[in-house]
Amino acid sequence: MSVPGDFSRRQMFLKIAMLFNGVVGVFLGIPIVRYLLSPVTGGRKPGYESWISLGSVEQFPSGQTRLATYRNPIAQSSDGQTADIPCWVRHIDGGSFQVFAINCAHLGCPVRWFPQSGLFMCPCHGGAYYADGARASGPPERGLFEYKFKILDGKLHIQAGELPTPGSSARIHYITPSTGSPRCA
Amino acid sequence: MRLMHKLGDWFDQRLQLGAPLRETMEHPIPRETASWAYVFGSAAMTVFGLQVVTGILLAMIYVPSAGEAWNSLQILNHQVSLGWFIRALHGWGSNFMLAIVLVHMVQVFLFGAYKFPRELTWILGIFLLLMTLGMAFTGQVLRFDQDAYWGLGIGASIASRVPVLGAPLVNLMLGGPIIAGATLSRFFALHVFVIPGLLMAFVGLHVLLVLKLGINEWPMPGRLVRRSDYLEKYHNLARTHGVPFMPYGVWKDAVFSGVILLFIAACALHFGPFGPSGQPDPRVIQTAPRPDFFFLWLYALLSLLPPALETPVLLIGPVLALIVLLGLPFVSGEGEKSWKRRPIAVLTILLVAVALGTFTNLASHTPWSPVMDAGTGTPIPAKFLSGRTPIQIQGALVFQAKQCHNCHAIGEGGGRRGPALDVVAVRLTEDQLVRQVLQGGGNMPAYGKNLNPAETTALVSFLETLHPAGQAPAHDASRTAGEQP
Repeated sequence: MSVPGDFSRRQMFLKIAMLFNGVVGVFLGIPIVRYLLSPVTGGRKPGYESWISLGSVEQFPSGQTRLATYRNPIAQSSDGQTADIPCWVRHIDGGSFQVFAINCAHLGCPVRWFPQSGLFMCPCHGGAYYADGARASGPPERGLFEYKFKILDGKLHIQAGELPTPGSSARIHYITPSTGSPRCA
Repeated sequence: MRLMHKLGDWFDQRLQLGAPLRETMEHPIPRETASWAYVFGSAAMTVFGLQVVTGILLAMIYVPSAGEAWNSLQILNHQVSLGWFIRALHGWGSNFMLAIVLVHMVQVFLFGAYKFPRELTWILGIFLLLMTLGMAFTGQVLRFDQDAYWGLGIGASIASRVPVLGAPLVNLMLGGPIIAGATLSRFFALHVFVIPGLLMAFVGLHVLLVLKLGINEWPMPGRLVRRSDYLEKYHNLARTHGVPFMPYGVWKDAVFSGVILLFIAACALHFGPFGPSGQPDPRVIQTAPRPDFFFLWLYALLSLLPPALETPVLLIGPVLALIVLLGLPFVSGEGEKSWKRRPIAVLTILLVAVALGTFTNLASHTPWSPVMDAGTGTPIPAKFLSGRTPIQIQGALVFQAKQCHNCHAIGEGGGRRGPALDVVAVRLTEDQLVRQVLQGGGNMPAYGKNLNPAETTALVSFLETLHPAGQAPAHDASRTAGEQP
């Protein structure tokens, strides 16, 4: 039923229409993709981490390991309690601290500190760590994640803001206990 | 009645759906396929319908906000009239849907239904299985409790192990740097819009293919599938030995679907809804997160794999499994359909079932996890303490105080992370016990820094008493060498 000459003309219109829609699609697609990828960068240059206070140094007696919590530096009003993050603070002596993430280095379950046996134990898959965060036994392939810390005006600050995972651990610096940590005053 | 007819005619004149629907419902199927073995696909679809309905009902109350979700579940459970029942129907419906999908998959595999020309039907089915699993996982997240919170952490830790892309993948999954409001919102979008939409589209295509290509005939041993003549043979079979799908096949589908719905309702009534467990507050660390039933096998696998194998297995395993499942109809698209002549197919199903069953069973009593409160909550049975000297009793105290009991059983109670110590003195000499306690090894932490010499001596002298009455403890022969017998 098609008229030969007319047919190719309509065909060309169709092609132009499809090309036009393709251009519109790309035009709309770029913002959609950027929107979807926004959690990766968060639109922030330095990343998600920043320095937060865990409170006065006196709360952490020398020679003990205690649970501390902080409000995640990046939090929304809808986050509720999920933005209240715990961590383990080990005060070795003097100004020497270790601050461990609560998350097991295996798969992120919350590790518990047992002062009597000097071990962190994980309830999920049975990982265990020594007091200095080094791996003791079980499935973890490494020691506990450790936050960078500094003491400012008598307060213990840590650099935190992101869930520590084995993959992102490159950003969480491991400080060996023997050398101690650099103190910024 | 006449009015109804007139009304029906009025609509059909416009919609023109009556004739094609009738043709579809009455299309001939091979007589043997009007069987109870062929009811699982329709049952899965029925339960999916139940999930859609109960899901919409729950969404009217549920608040997808990290700060409010848990509270809204409490309101559903305790304040909204029959809210608990709708939650229970949705939860049990999810379990039944997964179970039926798996049974359906096993049935079509054993009946060779994936062979020519139904390869695409099988492939769509694989994606339907993945989506059903996806619905189960995202649904577990929406039950925003402790298990959901730490389960997300486990998911993020697994995602983070992907080479190079690990860290951005975690951010993408969580919708930000931590498990929080954005995480729940995106899982809500997945569970309520994205996956159900895809599921509906794929179910539609899956059913369309079943109708277009005809239901898989009952496999007869020796009746081989050949691409050259299968279609002709099938159509002959449907023509000469065919019965109309309605009512021959449909009534069994309908009865089975109804029975399943009744079972779901009975489970919902009897067992009630799942959770929620504790609030999703990361500061509450006295918790032992567990996945839902259908992911328990994975929980066991993650505990039992050697550490070095874990990442490769986690990242490569699913890809391999998917390649095998998707490649199956292309590798064995022809030939024997009957399971009676496919021993490897039957053995594969048995092997997978036994493996998954064993892992699931193990995960229900987690022998790999320390019993976190055994040191304070589980006493050593009296028979292991009576008649002991003071230093041995002191050793038993050290055993409790240093949480040895968390990983080692004595008598009934205690952990099973390490070996039970009821008769440890028969296996290890005094020196070996001291070495094991101080230096650890074999998956045991070293206690050298946490035991002073007096505690070690007491502990080992207690462990030395743990041997059967008539059997001497192991001793180092070199110590008594040279002494007169």
